[in-house]
This record gives sequence, C-alpha cells and structure tokens, in this order.
Amino acid sequence: MRFIDEYRDAKLAQHYARLIAQITKKPWTIMEVCGGQTHAIIKFGIDELLPKEITLVHGPGCPVCVTPIEIIDKAIEIASRPNVIFCSFGDMLRVPGSTKDLLSVKAQGGDVRIVYSPLDALKLAKENPDKEVVFFGVGFETTAPANAMAVHQAYLQEVKNFSMLVSHVLVPPAMEAILSSPNNRVQGFLAAGHVCTVMGYTEYEPIAKKYKVPIVVTGFEPLDILQGVYMCVKQLEEGRFEVENQYARSVRREGNLKAQELIREVFCVVPRKWRGIGEIPKSGLGLTEKYKEFDAERRFGLADRSVAESSECIAGLVLQGVKKPTECPAFGTRCTPERPLGAPMVSSEGACAAYYRYRRERKNE
Amino acid sequence: MNDDFALSCPIPISEYPQILLAHGGGGKLMHQLIEKIFGAAFANEYLDERHDGAIISLKDLTPRGDRPSPPTPLPSVKTGEGCPQGRGEGQKGLGERSLAFTTDSYVVRPLFFPGGDIGKLAVYGTVNDLAMCGARPLFLSAGFILEEGLPMETLWRIVQSMKEAAQTAHVQIVTGDTKVVDKGKGDGIFINTAGIGVIEHNLTISPKSVRPGDCVLLNGDVGRHGIAIMAVREGLSFESEIESDCAPLAHIVTKLIEEQIEIHCLRDLTRGGLASALNEIAQSGRVAISIEESAVPVREDVQGACEILGLDPLYVANEGRFVAFVAAKDAERALQILRSFSPDAALIGRVLEQPAGIVTLRSRIGAQRILDMLSGEQLPRIC
Repeated sequence: MRFIDEYRDAKLAQHYARLIAQITKKPWTIMEVCGGQTHAIIKFGIDELLPKEITLVHGPGCPVCVTPIEIIDKAIEIASRPNVIFCSFGDMLRVPGSTKDLLSVKAQGGDVRIVYSPLDALKLAKENPDKEVVFFGVGFETTAPANAMAVHQAYLQEVKNFSMLVSHVLVPPAMEAILSSPNNRVQGFLAAGHVCTVMGYTEYEPIAKKYKVPIVVTGFEPLDILQGVYMCVKQLEEGRFEVENQYARSVRREGNLKAQELIREVFCVVPRKWRGIGEIPKSGLGLTEKYKEFDAERRFGLADRSVAESSECIAGLVLQGVKKPTECPAFGTRCTPERPLGAPMVSSEGACAAYYRYRRERKNE
Repeated sequence: MNDDFALSCPIPISEYPQILLAHGGGGKLMHQLIEKIFGAAFANEYLDERHDGAIISLKDLTPRGDRPSPPTPLPSVKTGEGCPQGRGEGQKGLGERSLAFTTDSYVVRPLFFPGGDIGKLAVYGTVNDLAMCGARPLFLSAGFILEEGLPMETLWRIVQSMKEAAQTAHVQIVTGDTKVVDKGKGDGIFINTAGIGVIEHNLTISPKSVRPGDCVLLNGDVGRHGIAIMAVREGLSFESEIESDCAPLAHIVTKLIEEQIEIHCLRDLTRGGLASALNEIAQSGRVAISIEESAVPVREDVQGACEILGLDPLYVANEGRFVAFVAAKDAERALQILRSFSPDAALIGRVLEQPAGIVTLRSRIGAQRILDMLSGEQLPRIC
C-alpha cells in the first residue's frame, strides 16, 4: 500500500539499524513520547534492531492512560443517567474507573456509543433533541482541534443538548515534568509527530535548550522511528541538543495555524491531573468562559472527587519512563488486559498492553 | 436469588457480573465463557474436542444391543490417537462413516451488506463449519426469530438468498422453526442454522492432529468481511466499495481431500480473525505456530481502512477464509489447489514444537513477536 509499505521496508529498516549501530559509541536512553510510537516499536520489534547501548523508554503520550480515574468515574456517572447518549472514542470504553468501565455501563443499559469524530456526536445531538448528548473529549493536542470544532459548531448552531466532558492534556509540560524529576533518566526525546502537526515545534526549542536534551519530531512507521532514533543518537554523540524534524512530510515548524486558532478560541490552559503522575501545572485544556455552557461537568453538576488507585500499579513510573512494564511484579499475573490494575494495560497505545500482547511468554492459562 | 449459582459460578462475579458484547467477540472473554460455563457444564468427548462441529461415528449410533462391545473402533481399522473416527485404509463402509454436526446463530447488522446478507451468512457459515470438520455438508435446519414489524419483503429477500446459497453449497434445508418476538426485543431477524454433513475419508482433521513441521496455508486475503460490515454500519465510505468475502468453502476442502492432501487441521477465520484461529489451534494442539506477516495477503483498500480505524486486519472477521494445516510434503500441491480457487492463497507459516500454545509472527521489518488472541472487542483508537 502506497505511503505505508515504503515506511515498513525490511531492507531499509536493517540498513538504518546498521547506521545507528555505526554512530553509537556510548549508552543512551531515549524516550518516545507518544503511545502510538510505543505500539509501533513493540509491534514491529524496532527496539530489537537497535544496538544494546540504546534503551528506548516509553513516554506518557497515551491519552487513555493519563486520563485521571476521577474523570473516568464522572464519565461513568453521566453515561449511567437516563436520557443521556454518551459518545466516546472506542478505546476509552474499557478503561477501569474505580468500580467499573463504560462497557459495563453499556451492558447495564446505558446508551454508550463509539463515534469516530466529535462532530458525529454533535450530529447525534441534533437528531435527538430530547436527549442530552455528551462527548468524552480526551486526548492530546492531536484531538483538540476536532473537539474544539464540535463545541464551536454547537455554539454557532445553538445546539443546547450537546456538551463535552473535557480532559485534554498537553505534551510539553509533561516532558518538562519528566526532565525535572530527580528520577529522570531520559537523555533524548522522540517527540510525537501528530501533536507537532497541529502545534508545530517552537514550544520544544526552549525545553531542548534548558534541559540540554535533543528532541526529534518523529513519525509512527518503523522507518520514521528508526530515522528519529538515528537523528537523536547523532545529536547525543555530537553533544548537540536541538529540535530536529524527522516527520517533515507532515510537520511544519509553526504547525497548523488555523487549528491552533480554533483551540485558543474554545480552550484555555488549565492545571490537569495525569493518571499515575499527579497534577502538572498548565498541562491541560479546559473550556473558556465563552463556551462554559457546553461543559458536561457543569451541566450535570458533578462534584470534584478524589479516588485512590490500586497501590500495586506502577503506571506512573512506567509513564515517566522510570520503569519498564515487565519490571512490575503484577505484570501479566495480577494485571492483564482482561483484569487491568491500571490504564496502560488497557489501551492499545498503553506500554503495558503492548508488552503483554507482543512480548510476554504465555503464562499457564 | 439463586445462591447455588452465585457460589459455584466458575467466572468470578467480581470480574464481569454481566455479559458484555466482548463475550461474543471471539477473543479471550468468549473463550473464558466457553471453557468455564458451557464446556464445564456440558462436558463430553465430542464437545471436548473444541472443534467447529461434533464428529459422531455412525457405529456409535447403532442400538446398544447391536453395538460391538467394547465400543472401540472395528478391528480392521487402524486407530487414530483417541479420535472418534479411525484412520483406516480405503473407502469406508456405511458403519464406519462419521457424521459432522454443528450449529451457529446469525445476528448481523445491517441485514444486507456489500457482498452478502444475513441469509447467505446463515447458510455458508454453517456449511463452512461442517467443511472445517472435513465433512460434505448435506442437511441444514433453519430457525428464525423475527421481530414484530419486520417488513415481509425483507424476510422474502433473505429467504430467497438462503435458497440460492443452499443450492450453491449443495445442501438442503430440511427442517425449521419460527418465533416472533415483540417489537424492540430483536434486531429485525435472528437466524440459527444447524447442519449435518458426512465424513467420507480417513483423515483425522482436528487441532490435535497438527504436528511440528506442518505448513499453514491460507485460502485468500483477510479482513474483508469485517471491514465491509463496519463500513456500512458506521457510514464510512472508501474510494471503492469493499465487499464481504462471504462464500462456501466445502467444495475447496473436497478438492483437497480428493487430491489426497494430508490435511491435519482446518479452521475458518470468522470472529477474531486469523490471529484468534491460530491461537485456538496452537493451544488445543499444544504446538507453536510461526507466521510471516508479509506473507498474509491483505487487500489495499482493507489495509487502508484498518490504518484509518486503528484496527489490525489479522483480527478482523472473515466469512470465506480458512487456514489449512497440511503435511509439509503436500504443501506445494495444496497451495496450487487453493490458488485455483483464489489467486491470493498463500503459505503463511509453519508449525514448530516450542513454545507450545504460542503463535509468533515475524514482522515486516524482520523482528519476532507474539501474535496474541484478542482480549476483548477490537476498539478503534483515539488518534
């Protein structure tokens, strides 16, 4: 398939792996920020092609994983109400809240629907004027423009029965949180290509300078990731710390200005709790005052709450790249995709699920 | 309140106190349901085979007094390893033949989709389950659960489609049942079919016959049925319409048998797709299976739809695809036969001894990884 097969070419992949081995002199730890990259690395076995000096650690860029349990509980509470159509992207449905997940709400009679775009949820609202239609607006900068568009359109078209449960997060503050942690071992980043398609990469330039880390904006196919690793290792070996763009076929330095304008119109920067990591200042997006009427938390009068996570789950350490999923004592035994203790075991982009699916030796079942 | 059930239910209530859609998704939850609820309750030698259908030797059906005692295979027949039918030589007499018996229910939405409809599925699905036992399908039953308000014309179209499918597959629909439920209690129409076929050869076609060294053949491209259904259901349109691969498989299997291919196991790739079928066989047969990702044919439009939706074509449902595990010596001939029906047929992997129960896949860029069974429904990704 064009534009896919070229980036999965076995010969070129081996060639890049050899180039990386040639320039690698010292051990380096590199974090891929995005869960989509983690998934590709494990699925295609990219890390197995790399020299042993290079350790890839997996970042916090899995929207399903970092959405706080309190928000999942709120989603479950709203979805359980009569007269509500609760719309979500598919992989949020299996994330455990404190007592159950959205799929269970559906099994108990809740009207929970998978949609492919927030605009589909808006359409549902217009088709069902006697129902409250709520969209679960999660994700990074990647999904923010479409979510902003849905709210903006609801505002323009005066769709009163549409609202959004917003739990948007931003990548640069999370990278700073990781770099300023005393446990940090990350020496270079592969930044998330799709996030940068929207936002550009000027935000990363001060981070590279301040923390003296190379940051390479990287795509998602095997050859993208290998090239990203090559560019990152080259900088590390040469003692440089710049922002470079591997994913130039999609990313411009300034990003998508129209999309950014729409995000700024609908959302403002707020502090946000990250599941497993804790609250990071200025790390999320919430609705601006002008669009507050579309805030599902406000519309349904949900109180703030605090819920304790499984004490055994080390998701926070995994999401910060401090530990690998297989270093968790519960991995593959007390924590599996069927009975997850934490979100990274659920999402297809979660590091624990990727390791479980592609790496583990099967336990006796 | 039934305390007995609560105390003894083998699936802990704390896990999933209710049935989820994923329990029917062909993945791990469904297997848990089968193993712990149905398999545990109904256990017997036929069901325990975990085959697509039960294989019943005709001599087991003779009246008790007439049955040779003890009920072991006839002296003239070399026995297969604990299998219901013997691995004898030459043509079987009537008393040595076996019947294959299977059933399946069809609840697809939409009722009509590119390349097929629920009626065609209901005939071919059951015919294919019989074919996977190595049987020649003969008779089907058809049970209809109709929802009040279903247009008569819709029912007529479905029945006509079943008639045509039955003719194509050379089976007769010989008995049936009809029930009507209140509006809102069904999804238009549900169909159950059961089927009987006859086994006229001496092969033991079962996961337990799979041996290290066997070749794994696939009869065509994968993922088309699932994507065709999803495209209609979700209102997704692509440059060209993706048609379901819904088709009967019995004549292909018959040809393999006629050509004396040493078939060890057959499995159609329905829910859960190729990955789930291979995992089932690896686990039941206690063997390892190694697959070459680049050898698995996926049509470009299906691949494109999967990329957009974040799905893996290896887990997407098919209705006209199967894998054949054959002795290595016959693999090339078997492949030529499969290719005479579909040019995309391919040799996709081999059976190994270790690690037993595990399917591995060599990725396009040459690294090995596990190809696991799906743990729930395949859900489209966020981004």
